[in-house]
Amino acid sequence: MRFYQVGSHVVGNRLLDPEQRAVQARTDRSNAITCGHRACRGCGEALGARYVLDAAMRASEGKLIAANATGCLEVFSTPFPESSWQLPWIHSLFGNAPAVASGVAAAMRAKGREDVRVIGQGGDGGTVDIGFGCLSGMFERGDDVLYVCYDNEAYMNTGVQRSGATPPAARTANTKPIGKQPGNAFGQGKDVPRIALAHGIPYVATGTVAEPHDLERKVEAAMAMRGPRYIHVFVPCPLGWGSASADTIKLARLVKETGLFPVFEAVDGEIREVSKIRRRTPVEDYLKLQRRYAHLFGEHGHPEIVERLQAIADRNIHEYGLLDGDGEGEAW
Amino acid sequence: MSGRKPYAITLDVGSSLANHTGSWRDERAVYVDRMPPCNDACPAGENIQAWLYEAEEGGEGYERAWRRLVEDNPFPAIMGRVCYHPCEDACNRGQLDEAVGIHSVERFLGDEAIRQGWQLDAGAEPSGKRVLVVGAGPSGLSAAYHLTRLGHAVTIHEAGPMVGGMMRFGIPRYRLPRDVMEAEVERILALGVELELNRKVTNIAESMRAGGFDAAFLAVGAHIGRRAYVPAGEAERIVDAVSLLEGLEQGEKPLLGRRVAIYGGGNTAMDAARTARRLGARDAVVVYRRTRERMPAHEFEVEEAEEEGVMMRWLQTVKSFEDGRLVLERMELDEDGFPQPTGETEELEADSLVLALGQEADLSLIEDVPGIEVEHGVVQVGSNMMTGHEGVFAGGDMVPAERTVTVGVGHGKKAARHIDAWLRGGAYEHPPRPELATFETLNTWYYSDAPRAEQSQLEAARRTSGFEEVVAGLDEDNALFEARRCLSCGNCFSCDNCYGVCPDNAVIKLGAPGERYEIDLDYCKGCGICVEECPCGAIEMVPEEA
Repeated sequence: MRFYQVGSHVVGNRLLDPEQRAVQARTDRSNAITCGHRACRGCGEALGARYVLDAAMRASEGKLIAANATGCLEVFSTPFPESSWQLPWIHSLFGNAPAVASGVAAAMRAKGREDVRVIGQGGDGGTVDIGFGCLSGMFERGDDVLYVCYDNEAYMNTGVQRSGATPPAARTANTKPIGKQPGNAFGQGKDVPRIALAHGIPYVATGTVAEPHDLERKVEAAMAMRGPRYIHVFVPCPLGWGSASADTIKLARLVKETGLFPVFEAVDGEIREVSKIRRRTPVEDYLKLQRRYAHLFGEHGHPEIVERLQAIADRNIHEYGLLDGDGEGEAW
Repeated sequence: MSGRKPYAITLDVGSSLANHTGSWRDERAVYVDRMPPCNDACPAGENIQAWLYEAEEGGEGYERAWRRLVEDNPFPAIMGRVCYHPCEDACNRGQLDEAVGIHSVERFLGDEAIRQGWQLDAGAEPSGKRVLVVGAGPSGLSAAYHLTRLGHAVTIHEAGPMVGGMMRFGIPRYRLPRDVMEAEVERILALGVELELNRKVTNIAESMRAGGFDAAFLAVGAHIGRRAYVPAGEAERIVDAVSLLEGLEQGEKPLLGRRVAIYGGGNTAMDAARTARRLGARDAVVVYRRTRERMPAHEFEVEEAEEEGVMMRWLQTVKSFEDGRLVLERMELDEDGFPQPTGETEELEADSLVLALGQEADLSLIEDVPGIEVEHGVVQVGSNMMTGHEGVFAGGDMVPAERTVTVGVGHGKKAARHIDAWLRGGAYEHPPRPELATFETLNTWYYSDAPRAEQSQLEAARRTSGFEEVVAGLDEDNALFEARRCLSCGNCFSCDNCYGVCPDNAVIKLGAPGERYEIDLDYCKGCGICVEECPCGAIEMVPEEA
């Protein structure tokens, strides 16, 4: 008897042993970012940060410090003098969160408090673009920090400008949906999980807010290691993407099921595991829920661009081996 | 603004808990209990989703599940075998992979109860009222059970020598073993229901007066086989299906011969044909005037009959029966789907002809009772199951409805509620039915893929040689698996998804599984993620008042 109705697809599941339920099912979860924060309705980043930090708090038995880059996560959680953080938390600049985290880790080491763990975190702007040098340095030096990027694919806090993580064809404030190549250009941008991988650091993983079990397991795995570690979390943004606030998790689910965002785990620079696609979905199903892709559809749409996006998904599927999974293999 | 605060501070220093983001909201999430389609379709009014929920836990959950089930229907072991399970036709899981095998779990629970000797709870305080139930079939027994639990003293008058009614005389034992039926009936009698066999009621008003009854529930069924005029020689053997099955049950050994023709296309025709095979007929041929698609018998009965070697002749009627030969006329369906004679005939050799053309009710007990209305051979009742005669209620096959065991059981329960209210000087009002939990309200992503657990069947060779039960029950592992395939449509099953997916921590988990959740309206921004991600559609968005 290995069938439990909803298995681990849901957060809780009363038929499972409590230890097998997600941290998010526990009434004693730390709620690292608590109520009253000013994130938009349906914010994926607020959710992703809680998933990651609650798991990390549990793994470190509450001995955790977070260094935060400038960005939505910082702004909506700490309109001076209010704070939503239920752990020691420090913010300095947009571009230096990895360096600040390195510094905190060094201070803890100097004080002989290596039991206190350090997390650096930021959005894709602060990580992929502005803080990129500090991040690479942190990796290269081997600092004992888990850095988490909450990727919502643009600078949302300042009004939805393109970042190095904005996908091709997406509309932002400065990639207008006009001309022959509407929206963001193809062939630009950075794949930071792969860049982290190339640093040969102990742990690199990607995840989404649609799969808390998977994300929590990765945070736990990362917290069990020392040295530089990197987790890249896909977090939909209703405001910047023009999606319904209720669709945040659905979009995170679809981005994985289409193959546009490969979910994997790598140890010492080598990919050890990929999350297989359970129900393969064409990219349209994902794109159509977002107004940032509205120019691709309808009477004056661009089916050729949708095809190019599908080709990206197909390439990921091939490259990472996202299919052939018996999707229910994990249905415990 | 206070001058004592440090420079540039306009708010009190502190936690964001001070910021009640609930004020942003224009819609709020509200927990609901929708009507699962299985419950909606159940003629006996079972709360299927609720008892499956208990069964999903296994172990001690089985007894809780069974107790939940018998609140509505005292015959799980019988139902799990003979009900045509409209619940499964309605089951939302059917649109995902295959419907949940509700009947097989029900049967498992029923059999488990018999094995473990679970007894029914006694009911309310005695009311001092006495109710006469006429007929010890499914409807009468169901009414007796519910009335007893409501505190009334019940006496059953049964005309025949045995309990069970059509469960015994209409359903062959290879579909419903008698020990199973008797165990479930016995449990009802153990509650203190008085049963008088061989006691035919000839005039209900008189019986009530003589026995000092305050109300009566009539459930005499419909057990008189309908005849059709078939010109036949004197030596030809013609029996009706109900008498055949009834006689068999009372120990008769009907002589049907080697070649038996069965006339009719309902479930009784199938039962008669399958019984003929078991009694040694080499050929059992069903003759039906319409096509297979139009036959009233259930598909699985036709399939099982065919597996057992029963042959079918569609679009034919019986013209005459002489010298061991049936003359059959070929029919054609007209534009409206009615069979029309073509004049073409053929012959079929037969030792006997079984008529399975439907049944009629014996309504002699109400003939002289004022106020009771009979139309098309059935007694007319109001929405409260009461006949035109004050205090006399009726249900089951003798009133206008589909004639199945489950419908009869449902009538018994419904009538009991109305009789109870009537005896107490009031009227029973059914609570409003919640909105249906349609497939569209579910988020099926969350359910694990799981094919249905099938019940094994006795091999065909062994079926036709005796009256052994054809369909086997599920073992515990399979029953648990099957119960857990339930999607819990429209009713919270404590998966914690809403609690987990709220970006604002605005869902409060009230405690252990089953104790559910509450929305913290101080902080809920009304994003709707919990509604979208609830697997079973038990939350909805409601506009805030302007």
